[in-house]
Amino acid sequence: MASTFDTVANIIAETCDIPRDTITPESHAIDDLGIDSLDFLDIAFAIDKAFGIKLPLEQWTQEVNEGKATTEEYFVLKNLCARIDGLVAAKTA
Amino acid sequence: MRLEYFQMIDRFVEVNPGERKIKAICKVPTESPVFEGHFPGFALMPGVLLIECMAQTTGWLVSILTGFTGLPLLVGVKNAKIRNIVLPGTELNFEGTILHEGSGYAMAEAKGLSKDGAVCEAGLTFRLAPYPGPEFRQAMIEMGKKVGISVAEFSK
Repeated sequence: MASTFDTVANIIAETCDIPRDTITPESHAIDDLGIDSLDFLDIAFAIDKAFGIKLPLEQWTQEVNEGKATTEEYFVLKNLCARIDGLVAAKTA
Repeated sequence: MRLEYFQMIDRFVEVNPGERKIKAICKVPTESPVFEGHFPGFALMPGVLLIECMAQTTGWLVSILTGFTGLPLLVGVKNAKIRNIVLPGTELNFEGTILHEGSGYAMAEAKGLSKDGAVCEAGLTFRLAPYPGPEFRQAMIEMGKKVGISVAEFSK
């Protein structure tokens, strides 16, 4: 079974045509991979489908805009994957 | 349908939030200033306006599913195909399906049909934006009445 990171990295590579070997757990989706907010909707859609969850993008955006969180907390892939794991765990709990 | 006012939907004939499906009917007008340029002496419904028809059809469904809490803005069109020319006076049916309602966005697909068969299809992405003000929400209610959607019934 693929890890959360592998699944997310494959989604990003396929959706945004980014070479898979350039995507690491430390990659920042926006700053390092150059993914814009519109492309991220396609990624969120694929992640939602793959994991059966609903990424709370509106809440994340609001928190970043209000200075309550940094983009690193949500968009560095290892952090994103941890949040996905948390949402999956909450769904199955 | 009043092309120059972007009033594309005449009436919704089926609204099924449970199945995330919606159907609309629209009759292409026989006359419109749009046809003066598209094209002189050979009036054709512009393909971009067929995409607008699909966007409005599915956009209303996004509004229904999200309880009229925001304005669905069309931000993406994928795999759009215009399969046939559409002449003035043609009656069109549009069918929309919401594939996924995410956080602040929705993915949809839609198609248009005439009595002769498929006319157009596309995948559509919407981003939900805040209404610019309470007056706008009231305008949505009035628009809904005109096309057969009770905004109050679906409001959150």
